[in-house]
Parts: sequence; C-alpha cells; structure tokens
Amino acid sequence: MLTALVFAPTAVAVLLFALPRRTSPTVFRVVWVVMSAVELALVIGLWAGYDSAGGMQYEERARWIPSAGVGYHVGVDGLSLPLLALTGLLFLACAVYSLRENRRIREFAALFLFLETTCLGLFAALDLILFFVFFDLSIVAMYFVIAGWGHRQAARAALKFFLYTFIGSLALLLGFIGLYLAAEPHTFDMVELTEQNPLAGRSVYGALVLLAVVVGLAVKTPTVPFHTWLPPAHVEAPAAGSAILAGVLLKMGTYGFVRIAMPMLPEVWRRYALVLVVIGVVSVLHGALVALAQTDFKRMVAYTSVNHMGYIVLAVGAAAATADGSEQARSLAVTGAVTQMVSHGLLTGALFLLAGVLYERGRTYDMGAYSGLATVAPAFAAMTGIAAFASLGLPGFSGFIAEFQIFTGSLGPRPLATSLSVLGILLTAGLFLRALRQVFTGPLRLPDAPGTPRVFPEIRAHESAAVVPLLVLAVVLGVAPRFMLDVIEPASRSVLELLAR
Amino acid sequence: MTEMNENPLYLLPEVLLAASAVLGLLLGSWLPRARQWAVGLLAAVACVAGIVAAAVAAAEPARTAFGDAFTIDPVTSTSRIVVLGGTLLVLGVSFGPLRGDPRESEFYVLVQLAALGALMMAGAQDLLLIAAAYLLASIPAYTLAGFRKDGPGTEAALKFYVVGALLGVLMLTGITVLYAAGRGTAYPMLGEALRDAPEVLIATGAIGLLAGVLFKAGGVPAHFWVPDAVQGSSPPVAALLTTLPKIGALAALFRLGDAVFAGSPLPWPALIAVLAAASMTLGNLGAFFQQDVKRLLAYSTISQVGYLLMPVSVAGRSDLAQQALLYYLAAYTVTNLGAFSVVCALPRAHTLDDYRGLAKERPLLAASLVICLLGLVGTPPTSVFLGKLEAFSAAFDGGYAWLVVLAAVNTVASLFYYLRWIVPAVSRGGSSQPAEGNRAARVVAYAAAVVSLGLGIAGGPVLDVLTAPITR
Repeated sequence: MLTALVFAPTAVAVLLFALPRRTSPTVFRVVWVVMSAVELALVIGLWAGYDSAGGMQYEERARWIPSAGVGYHVGVDGLSLPLLALTGLLFLACAVYSLRENRRIREFAALFLFLETTCLGLFAALDLILFFVFFDLSIVAMYFVIAGWGHRQAARAALKFFLYTFIGSLALLLGFIGLYLAAEPHTFDMVELTEQNPLAGRSVYGALVLLAVVVGLAVKTPTVPFHTWLPPAHVEAPAAGSAILAGVLLKMGTYGFVRIAMPMLPEVWRRYALVLVVIGVVSVLHGALVALAQTDFKRMVAYTSVNHMGYIVLAVGAAAATADGSEQARSLAVTGAVTQMVSHGLLTGALFLLAGVLYERGRTYDMGAYSGLATVAPAFAAMTGIAAFASLGLPGFSGFIAEFQIFTGSLGPRPLATSLSVLGILLTAGLFLRALRQVFTGPLRLPDAPGTPRVFPEIRAHESAAVVPLLVLAVVLGVAPRFMLDVIEPASRSVLELLAR
Repeated sequence: MTEMNENPLYLLPEVLLAASAVLGLLLGSWLPRARQWAVGLLAAVACVAGIVAAAVAAAEPARTAFGDAFTIDPVTSTSRIVVLGGTLLVLGVSFGPLRGDPRESEFYVLVQLAALGALMMAGAQDLLLIAAAYLLASIPAYTLAGFRKDGPGTEAALKFYVVGALLGVLMLTGITVLYAAGRGTAYPMLGEALRDAPEVLIATGAIGLLAGVLFKAGGVPAHFWVPDAVQGSSPPVAALLTTLPKIGALAALFRLGDAVFAGSPLPWPALIAVLAAASMTLGNLGAFFQQDVKRLLAYSTISQVGYLLMPVSVAGRSDLAQQALLYYLAAYTVTNLGAFSVVCALPRAHTLDDYRGLAKERPLLAASLVICLLGLVGTPPTSVFLGKLEAFSAAFDGGYAWLVVLAAVNTVASLFYYLRWIVPAVSRGGSSQPAEGNRAARVVAYAAAVVSLGLGIAGGPVLDVLTAPITR
C-alpha cells in the first residue's frame, strides 16, 4: 500500500513519456491532476485507517542490499502522516494551478510526479539510505524544475541551490555512515538504530556524527547561516516549484531533526541542544528582519520561511532541555514543531502560488510597482490577505496553533530565547501588513514596463481552485486542530521518551 | 603443489582472449576488407565466453595457479568479469567508426591484448608477472592511442609512450629492489620477508612499483598522460584507456596492500590515502573549466581513481574494503563507459556547447548522458552511489575519516563540472545536432545507463558475491 503510494506517481510519469509526441497537452494536464488527486485520496485513506495510538503502521520491509546493511523499509507514524498528507495536498494544488502551463507540459508534469515520489518516499522512509536516496533525488528533480522553467536568472539560482543542498546531503551521508559503523551489527535501519542508540557514551564520536547530520539538515531547512541559497532559488523558480520547495522540501530538514537526529543521538542532542536553540532564535530574527527589508514580494515570502523554520528549530532545541521536568510542556514543543511544518507548508504554498498569480499579470514581483489592486481584483486581494494574516500567526489560523504550542512548550525551559523569538511574530506582522498596504490599497497602479498588459485580471478559477483549499485547511486547523493533534501527540511523546534515554 | 596447479584451464578467460587475439590477427590477414568485422565478432565471442568461464571459476573456492604466480579469487574473478564486460562495451562503440577501416582487425586485436594485460595485472601474485602484465597492457595501448595517425593522436601516443616507458623502468627498478629486500617475488613469500627487511629498501622498491601501477591506474602523480592521451585519441580508444587498465591496476594495488605491505614497516595505507586525496582533488581541479568533453572526462577519471584508492588504502584494515573496491570498480566501469559511449555516439560534438539541444534531438541519449554523469557524481540510486557509500564506509571504518570528508567535499565540487555538461544537454535551442551518428554506440550508451541504474538498485546480490575472502 505504502509502496504503491510512493511509486505510483513515478510510474505514471514514465507512462507520460510513452505517449506519442503529438498528444494534446490537455491529456498531460488531466493525467497529472487525476494522478495527484488519486495520491491525495490514498493518503486520506491511510489517515482513515491509521490508529493514532498504534505507533509505526503500514510497515513494509524488503531485503535490498543486505551486505551493506541497507534495506527497503517504509512505515507511517504520527510524525510522518501529517507531512504525507501535506505533500499530497500541495502537489494536487500545484497540478491544478499549472492547468494553464504551456511550456513543455509533458516534462513539467513528469518532473512533478517524480518529485512527488521523492517527497512521499522520504517521509515514509525508515532506512537511512532510503531516506538519503529520496533526499538526493528531490534535489535533482527540483534542480531541473528551477533550471528548466524558472525566470531569467534561473540557471545560476538552480546551480546554487544544487551545490548548497548537495553539500548538505553529503554531510548527512557522512553522519549516516558514522551511525552505521557505530551500530552492531552494522545497519542503516532507522528503527533498529533508534532502539540501539549506538552512540550512547561516545561523546566525541557522537558529537561529530551529530554535527554532520545537523549541518546536512540545517542546509535543507534552511537555518542561518546556511540559508543563502533559498531566496534566489525561490525568486527564480516557477510558482508551482516554489510552492513545493517551500511547502514540502524544506520540511525534509526539520522532519530529519525529529525523525533521525533526536531519537538516534539523544545524548549528544541533549548536550548541544542549546546551540540549536541559538540557531533557531537567530534564524527567527534574521529571517524576519531581512524579510522586512525586501521590496520583492517573493523574496520577502522566502525570508519569512527562514523565520518560520527558525521556530521549529527553536522548538526541537528547547524540547531537549532537561532542567525543567515538565514533560508535557516539552511534548507541546515537539507537537508544535510538527504542526508548524504542516501549517507553514499550507500557508507558504498558498503565498507562493499567489505570488505566481501576481507575476503572471504584472511580470514583476516588485511590490513598489503595484498599488490599489484590491479595487480590480478583490478576490485575489482577499486570498492574499488571508494567507498573510494566517502566516503571521493570527488566532483562528493554523499558524497560531503551531506557534502558540511552540512558545508555550519552549518558554519553560528556555525563557530568554523564547521571548526573543516572540519579537519575530511582531516583525512578520509588520512586514506582511506593509506589503498588503503597498500592493492592495491606495490608488490603482500597475507595472508599465513594455509588454505588460494594461489590465489586471481577477484571479482565475483554476488558480483559486489551487489556493482556496490550502487556506480553508489552514482555517480548519486553526479552529479544530484536534484531529491532527491526536495523531501527532503520541508520536511526539515517544520522541521525547527516546530523547530522555 | 607446484605440479598440481599448472593447469591452463585455470586461466581459461585469459587463454580465450589470447587465442582469439592471435586467431584474429591471422584471420585479418586473409579476410577481405569488407568482412573484417568477423574479427570483431570473434573478439566479442571470446569476451562472452571468458565472462562465462570466469563466472564458473568464481563459484569454486579460491586457488592459485602456476605456483604462486596467479591467483583466482573474488578479486580476480570480479576483475575478469568487469574487464571483459568493459571490453565488450568498447568493442560495441568501436564497431561503427571502424567499419571498413583498412586496419580494422588490428584494432580489435590490440583491444583484446590491452584487456588481456589488465586481466593479468588483476590476477598476478608475483612481481615478475606484474611487470609482464604491465608491458602487455601498455604496448597495445600506446599503439591504440595513435591509431588514427593524425596530429593529436601522434602527440597522444608519444606522450603516453614516453611517460609509460619512464615509469615502466622505475617499476622494474622497484621490483628489483624489492626482490633484493625480500629475496623473492611471490607475494606470500614477500609478505613474510618484508616484515623485517630494511625500511629504506622497502620504501624505494614500493615507490618504484607504485609509479608503474599508478601509471596504469591514471592516478596522481602518474596522471600526466591522461588528459592528452584521452583528448588526442579517438573516442572508443579514450573509453578503453580510462577504464580497462585501471581495473587491473587497482586490483593489483589492492593485492599488494593486502598481501605484501600489510606487515611491512612501511606506512603503506597512509601513503595510498595521501595519493587518493591528491588524485581526487587534482583531478577535480583540472576538470573545472574544461570545454572539451573528452578532456573533461579524462580529468574526471583521475578524480575517480582517487575515490577508488580509498578502499585500496584500507585493504586488510576494514572488512568492507574488498567489496567496496570491487563494487565501485564495476559501477565506475559501466558508468564511465556509458558517458564515453555518448561521446562516441556523437562524433561531431567536441565541446560542451555542441551538446546544446541534445534532449530535443535525442531524448534517450540525453537521458543516458544525464544518468551516467549524475552517476559519476554519485547520485543515488545509480551504482556509483552505492560504490561510494561502500568506499566511504570502508575508509571510515579503516580510520581515515579525514579522507572521507575530503572525498565528500570533492564530490560536491565534481558536481559543478558535470552540471556544466548536463545543463546544455538538457536546455533548449542551440545548434542543430548532426542527425547522423553512431547507432551501435547509442545502443551501448542506453545499455550502460540501464546497467548502471540497475546495478545500483539491485546491488544486494552483487555485493554478497564480492565479500568472499581472497587468498593470501
């Protein structure tokens, strides 16, 4: 079941190439949307059959390369299930959004389907090498998306993205090899490694492995100081690519923290958690401050991603503090981190798709070139407003639930750091409000570079069909988050139990 | 025991290849020019038969043949299969361009002799046999490098020959010194004798020996011939020069480290580790801004030798070393030959810019190129990834963590120049690719890409085979 879920999109992608070259583009679009919808339905099916108290479920194992300690092992638990669902939903949104995409639609659809396999596979993987394979392939696929369908400077941005994240992935590989060699018998299996806790009592070795793993994941997340690849990659990527990059690919880093680093390296994680707290706070503040200075809408959203990811890093760092015994508070932090991953995926995905709508009409992301759009495109203005307010953490939206949990959970163990990061909320509120005022209020003004259309059409049906479900879900999670928290909480408690060893 | 094991059948793959080379030479003298392809076919049949024979021999327990001179163990068997398989691919890509060439049969014969030299190097367990194998692998290769008789080819052959002759003499000197130090040339005997031999003698001998073997492997510091020889010779020859001799040389180095120098006072592992580091780094630096695809690949092979030397350096210190080396060798051979096959398939494309628009003209060929190049980077799930994983693990296990970190950094750096080739190949527009091309080479490229992927995904059983112990 899980294997089919993971590999079906790639199979369909290969089938797309089997179709004759003259096939109408509509066929590709329809196949892409239908396949993404089927995937989402399958994930919902998984969720429906998931027992929230049952630990790891839907496990599948196969011998793959036994002599190298590598196996095919996938499974779902409360940490991965919400992210699988997010992946399914965002890919469907991107497929719907790209219904008007004309440039080499077959290759575009095939790449996205392949990318969906890598994302789903990564969140389901229970073997380090399997995880790494999907991690690397997602980079390759995203490279081609940015380089092939991006804007003017796409080649440079794509190269930067590839090189940075590839360095990260190799650091990760070194860490994995360190774990593998420490385990007895040598294995890459995550479940066994978690049980064995092979680096217990080996402080220097453990610290080096943790360093490699954390650097690898931090590049992908990205946190300060490894975040510089993110803004150019986002600005140059096509809208759907940005949405996936921010919505799903960034989560691979933070997911790695809770799935690999915390349970497998508990001792060193606890020892060095303060470093992560500091990195988290710096990311929060730096991301927000730099975002405040941007005039480019997409670049601003990209920097708010750094800010939002910073909260997650803060939470996973604070969860390790043992000084304060309140287990419930720390479990709250981990739950908040996972909720934040989902929430950020939904909202930033929506914001990037909306940025794509803006670009398609005005051919620029420069906020100074627009003014008063609310009068000509009220629905577009409303959606952007909702997404922005939700993203800054207004109560009633998913962002609030996530950030509230993170702050509540982290305040006890790390009061200073947490209070500093609350400032981040203030800054994001300021920057989003400023952007909304600039673009949507005031007298109507449109960019008048040669070649841009004179009118600013309202958001189209397929574009709103892509964005609205994301926003609706953000509201649902903000109002009634219980159904998701019920899934996450047992898993985050077990992460903490593992961490306390 | 010496009388017992002088059975030529133990060397069946080598015998088959030698016989087919001699027979091919005779056949070539009598066949009309239009039918010289039969010699190539004969060579291919000999390779296939050799692979079968090697596979059968691999199933039996390890043994030595002709005294202690030659050994048949997993290292030999794997090298045999990889060398012969690689020879098949080289024959495949040379079939088209050589069709009707006045010296067609000579080419096939030379290819077989070069492959035979590599086979002998891989199995040799005696310094004198190594010296003979060195000459057997080198002399046909010199001829092949200048086979086209044009300016660049002549330069390539001359440079190749001069460097080879110099390092060959050094190697013979080294062997002489080691003979003096160990009072023997067979590895088991040497391994014992070198434990308490004077260190200066061992060091001098080992360095001389290394010079020759590294020349065949194309590793730093004996790498100077590689870029010029590869760029100057025709693409099929370039493919051969950068793969087949390496396999024999690296297998020989592994054996030397495991059986001869393991107990000696010489810091052999550290020496190889430093050479590995230098090779991967200098190869990468050289490749960075190359415009000519063959030259780029030439530098890339130098850096690959660096990664291949990682498991060699920990021979005998890590259980993973042997399987890592053998698996990486197989993966490297097929992937590198795949990349060269793409070059062979497009004889008019010399620079990176000539590949612009390849994805539109020949999508499958472009896909093969992307798979092979990303494979050489070490992107999963291609086979080189698994090879690198094994090699990294082995080096880590053997205590060379710094080398692993350096290799990881180099891998990232290598991504840069491979991307410089991938980007034009998959981007739009550009020049109109010449529609004509080498069809056989295209098929070889597809096959190599598929095998490279398949070997990576289904690497489990292969690795299992490679773990059996070697003879000492």
